[in-house]
Amino acid sequence: MSSATAAEVSIETTGRPRGVLRKLLRRPRFVISATALSLLVLMAVAPAPFAGIFGHGDPRACDLARSGSGAAPGHPFGFDIQGCDLYAQVVYGARPSITIGIAVTLISVLVAVAVGSIAGYYGGVVDSVLGRVIDVFYGFPFIVAAIVILTAVGVRNIWTVCAALAAFSWPTMTRVMRSSVIVAKNAEYVRAARALGASDLRILRRHILPNAFAPVLVLASLSVAGIIAGEASLTFLGVGLQPPTISWGVQLNTAQSYFNSASHLLLYPSIFLSVTVLAFVLLGDAVRDAVDPKAH
Amino acid sequence: MIQYALRRLLQMVPVLLGATILIFALVFALPGDPIQAMAGGQRTIPEPVAAALRERYNLNDPLWLQYLKYMGGLLQGDFGQDFSGRAVSDIIASSWPTTVRLAITAWLIEIVVGIPLGIWAGLRQGRLPDALVAIVTTLVFAVPIFVLGYTAQIVLGVNLGWFPVAGTSQGWPTSYLLPATILGLLGLATTARLTRTSLIENLQADYVRTAVAKGIPRRRIIRHHVLRNSLVPVVTYLGIDLGFLLGGAVIIEGIFNLPGLGYEIFQAIQQQNGPVVVGISTLLVAIFIIVNLVVDLLYGLLDPRTRHV
Repeated sequence: MSSATAAEVSIETTGRPRGVLRKLLRRPRFVISATALSLLVLMAVAPAPFAGIFGHGDPRACDLARSGSGAAPGHPFGFDIQGCDLYAQVVYGARPSITIGIAVTLISVLVAVAVGSIAGYYGGVVDSVLGRVIDVFYGFPFIVAAIVILTAVGVRNIWTVCAALAAFSWPTMTRVMRSSVIVAKNAEYVRAARALGASDLRILRRHILPNAFAPVLVLASLSVAGIIAGEASLTFLGVGLQPPTISWGVQLNTAQSYFNSASHLLLYPSIFLSVTVLAFVLLGDAVRDAVDPKAH
Repeated sequence: MIQYALRRLLQMVPVLLGATILIFALVFALPGDPIQAMAGGQRTIPEPVAAALRERYNLNDPLWLQYLKYMGGLLQGDFGQDFSGRAVSDIIASSWPTTVRLAITAWLIEIVVGIPLGIWAGLRQGRLPDALVAIVTTLVFAVPIFVLGYTAQIVLGVNLGWFPVAGTSQGWPTSYLLPATILGLLGLATTARLTRTSLIENLQADYVRTAVAKGIPRRRIIRHHVLRNSLVPVVTYLGIDLGFLLGGAVIIEGIFNLPGLGYEIFQAIQQQNGPVVVGISTLLVAIFIIVNLVVDLLYGLLDPRTRHV
């Protein structure tokens, strides 16, 4: 018992989490991206109040007579091909993208932490076997693999798209997790904990994970950005989400055919998509600078 | 070094096996009957013909036996035939040059533009060029590639007429310039950022201070000492990126109608043309692994500190 408390103290006195947060709050890049993300997530959770700002909040209230026409009073972004209010459509489009981005990243992080810790901590044969499995998935072209899975499954909704993206997105983070576990494993406080008789699970959970997690956290933010772009690409290619689902990818897929007559159809979903991706990229950058001052 | 290379080559074997098993299982799970799909949607193939075709493509065998037969052929360099009787190796041979041209062009753009941009920003850290490069590269990361590709095609190709809109009819480099630029943008941004970071890190190194103390001119220090050292991680990245680029660009090849590997594999997936999907995927994984191996070995040559014993 006393062994554990002694080791815990050593971690607690480093006091990193609080210091990191304070550092983050001083960075405009973090504050801006975090604010933008909070807004976007709120929009994904409760789109109605956001969509209703200009008085026409129902994305499915459409008037074919106004198909593809530009901005009008109360309709700042104009209308899509079905004559629906484009602003409401774009606001409602946030939910699938953000849900998929976060869900896939969560799955990847969980797999990365589990597989990466086991491979890194135990080493030897376990590491070799897991390493080859990681290589198999890592070497696969991401988009091609997702297209094959989605075609094989046949059903295209948020959850199958999530599964297809998650199946091949975990290896990058797992590799990073593995190498940072190896670094942490050889640290003195881990040797101390082991010498004091702590079990493997306890060493992993209390000593290695908190110290090895930072690089994965940074990647996670970038991964959300990549997944959101990936989902939009798949949908753009016609193998991701399908109408009548409202999503940025679906809107962009439709907009392709009308670029010259109605370029606003491409413009607004692209802007929202890019701002979301940008916010996650900036957040990742800011977190990396805060946890790893050397990289700055 | 040689021992290390051999060990890495041996490690490739299970990875390639795993990859082929994985893709085989996935393709096997594709819905529908590939034999009926050959005839197009409406007509049906008479049952005796279909049975003969199933026999010919080993479709009646259990999955593992199909896999073994396929691997047996692959080991003899036979990628098999697709369901309309074309040799998969012919499809690969005809689409491969397009992908290679696109990949190399994109890669050259990354090197020629990315590295100088990174040096420019790194040497003027914290000043206007640095900020400009940071903003531009961040924007590149943010805008999805298909939006860029599609917009560039319409604006620069259709509306302004500066580039061919699609296809490869005008040959290399004209037909490849625009798609390769879009394809290379992401790598270009990464190259520039990596060069900048690495350069800044190396400018603070002890050997630079020594060189300054010896009175060597700044230009010479940068050219002979700093650049050589700071390009090591950049070369590594560029190598890995070449592996990715050679893996075909489904999205760019699709938008610009370039008949490369990515385009072919997308078509094959949609037409349930299993042998083509398996063949091209196997090739892509192999290329990726080999390029990675070469990069690791090259890394040891460039930076003796990381040489594997």
